[in-house]
Amino acid sequence: MARRFLLALIIATSAIAGLGRNSVNAAPVSYTLPDETAAFKPGPNLEVVQNNCTGCHSADYINTQPRGPKFKKDFWQAEVTKMIKVYGAPIGEADVGKIVDYLAATY
Amino acid sequence: MLDRRQVMKRAGMAALATGFGSLKALALDTVTLPFDNGERPLVKYPQKRPMIGLTSRPPQLETPFSIFNDGPITPNNAFFVRYHLAGVPLDIDPDKFTLEVKGKVDRPLKLSLKEVRKLKAVELVAVNQCSGNSRGFSDPRVAGGQLGNGAMGNARWRGVPLKTVLDMAGVQQSAKQVTFNGMDGPVSDTTPDFVKALDIDHARDGEVMLAYGMNGDDLPVLNGFPLRLVVPGYYGTYWVKHLSEINVIDSVFDGFWMKSAYRIPDTPCGCVEPGTAPKATIPINRFTVRSFITNVIDGAKLKPGATTLKGIAFDGGKGIKEVAVSIDGGKTWTPAKLGKDLGKYSFREWKLAVKLAAGSYELRVRATNNTGDTQPMEPFWNPAGYLRNVVETVRVTAA
Repeated sequence: MARRFLLALIIATSAIAGLGRNSVNAAPVSYTLPDETAAFKPGPNLEVVQNNCTGCHSADYINTQPRGPKFKKDFWQAEVTKMIKVYGAPIGEADVGKIVDYLAATY
Repeated sequence: MLDRRQVMKRAGMAALATGFGSLKALALDTVTLPFDNGERPLVKYPQKRPMIGLTSRPPQLETPFSIFNDGPITPNNAFFVRYHLAGVPLDIDPDKFTLEVKGKVDRPLKLSLKEVRKLKAVELVAVNQCSGNSRGFSDPRVAGGQLGNGAMGNARWRGVPLKTVLDMAGVQQSAKQVTFNGMDGPVSDTTPDFVKALDIDHARDGEVMLAYGMNGDDLPVLNGFPLRLVVPGYYGTYWVKHLSEINVIDSVFDGFWMKSAYRIPDTPCGCVEPGTAPKATIPINRFTVRSFITNVIDGAKLKPGATTLKGIAFDGGKGIKEVAVSIDGGKTWTPAKLGKDLGKYSFREWKLAVKLAAGSYELRVRATNNTGDTQPMEPFWNPAGYLRNVVETVRVTAA
């Protein structure tokens, strides 16, 4: 009996809240993103990579890319060029080669 | 006193506790998508159940595929997340939110969320699918977000037709396109902001929607709270989140995210010879036809005898006419029974009883829409890994 009453109460409250959610109100939100867990693998010029890449995105953007002989220097050169030309990454000329070498050697 | 959201939350927690074990253990779990370098963490975000983590900044979360077997509607807390730029709005006060409508209009508008929500509402069930859904299966592999099949979802959207707001503003004769910008943005001012465009006739078709509701609740933050564009039948790239700016223009928009990104080969299949570059490209647009078996996973061992296969199908808005299933690798096909029709933009459930004697089987599923478009037996390929819709194969053993 008690259980049935509780169920009825929940249904009734749901119905009331149901009306509410079609109203004009939406509560303010403050959202917290979880901490990043992915990290760049150790490799040559790691610091250069961290300085240039992590301002805009996490390391998993790189970790998850396809691997294998077709995804070495040319592939990573194209990606770094895309970051600079397309996404406007402020990467200094001297750092480009170092980043590509790290990526090709490490991933 | 419990309000509805608390009830939902408790129900969700109970489901988690019984279905998945503790959250702590989950944070340590990984899943492996079925392609090379497919290992991903299962991650827990506020307002979300454990999701497949593709990237953390900006966040990209994929729906675990088993969710699609639970029903035709994808729960808000399991719906995929895709951002392009790390400037994600985290503190949002709906009372201060405004939607601006400007450009080639007679009466530029600044609408509060309350004003938008007071307009006559409509509801529509529609699939949202990321352009890059299933990219990880491209062969040869291509750069980009390496997603399995979980960057899609189906929800009941509630909101206001975009047409209503455009008519209020009074679109001028010279209008050619409408652009859409959200509150999210780049961390560097040299990175192009994420802005998308639709042709004016499309924008005014009465179906494109400014949505504030999703499956009976407010939008989750990571799905575009408090307002997002819903473009039924079109890939998710157009479904701009945290929508705050609508601009009517008298030209074809040439921003990066239309002119250079999200382009497909200008060929009938949207494909080219694998490994080659297209001669000309056009903006990605409607979904291709897709179907999935959801209750049997690849490599499963089944008991010999009767079993019922079930799954989902969808297309870009013509509606699913037929779903056929093959248990012999595509030699013979049997029509499945379609589930309830939730509308031409929705997932359509299907099921079929089959008998599997002891042995190995290649189960395949193929959908056809109301204009006769169907799925290819061999995958189409394009350089960005878009539009994947090959007939899916699930290998099982009955023993």
